[in-house]
Amino acid sequence: MSNQPSTLFDKVWDAHVVRKIEDGPDVFFIDRHFIHEVTSPVAFLGLESRGIKVMFPEHTFATADHNTPTINQHLPVEDPLSANQLRALEQNSAKYGISHWGLGNPKNGIVHVVGPENGITLPGMTIVCGDSHTSTHGAFGAIAFGIGTSEVEMVLSSQCIMQPKPLKMRINVNGVLGKAVTPKDVTLYIISKLSTAGATGYFVEYAGDVFENMSMEGRMTVCNMSIEMGARGGMIAPDETTFSYINGRELAPKGAAWDKALAYWKTLKTDEGAEFDLEYTFDAADIEPMITYGTNPGMGMGISKSIPKGADLKGGTATYEKSLKYMGFHEEDQMIGKKVDYVFIGSCTNGRIEDFRAFASIVKGRKKADHVTAWVVPGSHIVEEQIKAEGILDILTEAGFLLRQPGCSACLAMNDDKVPAGKYAVSTSNRNFEGRQGPGSRTLLASPLVAAAAAVTGYVTDPRELMKDEAE
Amino acid sequence: MAYDKFNVLTSTAVALPIENIDTDQIIPARFLKATKREAFGDNLFRDWRYNSDNTPKQDFVLNNPIYSGKILVGGTNFGSGSSREHAAWAIYDYGFRCVVSSFFADIFKNNAINMGILPVQVTPDFLEKIFIAIEADPKAQFEVSLPEQTISILATGEKESFDINGYKKNNLLNGFDDIDYLQAMKPDIVSFATAKAI
Repeated sequence: MSNQPSTLFDKVWDAHVVRKIEDGPDVFFIDRHFIHEVTSPVAFLGLESRGIKVMFPEHTFATADHNTPTINQHLPVEDPLSANQLRALEQNSAKYGISHWGLGNPKNGIVHVVGPENGITLPGMTIVCGDSHTSTHGAFGAIAFGIGTSEVEMVLSSQCIMQPKPLKMRINVNGVLGKAVTPKDVTLYIISKLSTAGATGYFVEYAGDVFENMSMEGRMTVCNMSIEMGARGGMIAPDETTFSYINGRELAPKGAAWDKALAYWKTLKTDEGAEFDLEYTFDAADIEPMITYGTNPGMGMGISKSIPKGADLKGGTATYEKSLKYMGFHEEDQMIGKKVDYVFIGSCTNGRIEDFRAFASIVKGRKKADHVTAWVVPGSHIVEEQIKAEGILDILTEAGFLLRQPGCSACLAMNDDKVPAGKYAVSTSNRNFEGRQGPGSRTLLASPLVAAAAAVTGYVTDPRELMKDEAE
Repeated sequence: MAYDKFNVLTSTAVALPIENIDTDQIIPARFLKATKREAFGDNLFRDWRYNSDNTPKQDFVLNNPIYSGKILVGGTNFGSGSSREHAAWAIYDYGFRCVVSSFFADIFKNNAINMGILPVQVTPDFLEKIFIAIEADPKAQFEVSLPEQTISILATGEKESFDINGYKKNNLLNGFDDIDYLQAMKPDIVSFATAKAI
């Protein structure tokens, strides 16, 4: 071992290189592999056509989430194509001996919610899934990223993929976050500064006071959105917050194995003096509750601001104008006061218990606006049970909201939870691309607090306005 | 995944001068419900290509018979967003073998190469020249040479080099894929896993 100072990323990456190919990628070993119904069936077909087996089925975990209904999950799935995908996942898992948490299983939920909450996701691991938001698991100090179906087949057949090592970026946010500024706002702020491609080619480490003081749920939200600035993934050094979150979870190490793991996890941090290819530093005080106005997650701004002029931005204005036209917005429009038709709280970005606590803190004692359709979708059954146990369900019901069943839901609208053409949705999910929430849908990405404020007023509203009675 | 080998491609090109073309535009999520890899090309750029009543949008380039070819040319940051390999499948199934842009999203780039589609990253200036060449003459021919790692505008003779690592280049030239390679080194992987005791 060299005594050169090393980054967290290097420590984890280098420990997983099985072979370095000259003028080529690294053969990269994968500790944990998650699969779901949409991106895995063709990979299993590939295995069959080659006549090869799953190498380490105990390191792959299957859950159904992308293409599932969020009501009446006890009934047969109506859409025959969706039902077929769910069946394929179940059959492939059974055939190869892979743990499968299908619809109705108490552990079922969104892959990036159930992995951490069951103790599958651990520091220092390499984790992949055929889903770009796999970056979520980086919150635990893991290297986690999304892969394509060909790579799913590689992991199933050899527990490895071929990856060139990305460059290293560190993003520091120091100081104290203001009122109503959540982890979602922190990440939307960073992406608005770096742009939707600003971190392409890099793996990000988040550092500084703001992340050190953040809960695991918040760290997951931030790491989840890393892909939205193009990064391969994002990670945060594990600390006491991480260890206490993991301790006691069902599949986490226990007893002597826990002690051994903990000793290793404590070494997982960037050494003083280690170098990054690129580094940014932001001040927490500059961040306010955020909202997006365009058709990529980089087109975000502080909720009190107005839409920037295209001419003030880097690059051409044609794409910018196309984007605003799609949204039905104009340069210099205020976002506050815009009418909202739909509100979606959920997804792998903001579908955890803390997100529903935040949402409930605003809707408590208020009523859902009559013209708003709201989808309140927990990230997993475990989250759903917590919502009930903590009395949040009562607050939601009292305010006129219906709690649905877990799944990806309106984040990508593969199921029936689709926003109609031309309608505006304030959404706690991760992408505002054209048609992402249904053909012609218009998405405004925001935090659970901003979503709640929109849900009760029916308009884009600064959540701080509704929190005025609270002690400063 | 079996695919055609890639060597030298000479073809007309289809221009899509839009930035940040994300994989939800390349193929929307509602068309990801198949369990087999077939017919994804029908839904390539679905919502830009068709109206909600499934009639073609006349102003979209793929509905204009003047433009065709095996090369798709997109604005910067092509393929951002979802990791869905279906995006690469749709492009391949439609008939494209090469995508040119001044910048690619990482996961899309990997998926494309794994499918036998060559992603060619050019400078913003050269990308602009390609767009101008297509606008001037929809039948303009381009040559993409993988052995030489060059792309040329044949009408003007302008040429630029592109990067690809030697391993992936060899795969594309010969129609090899990563799974063949990984299967061949299985004993090494088993020893690695045993030592690591995951």
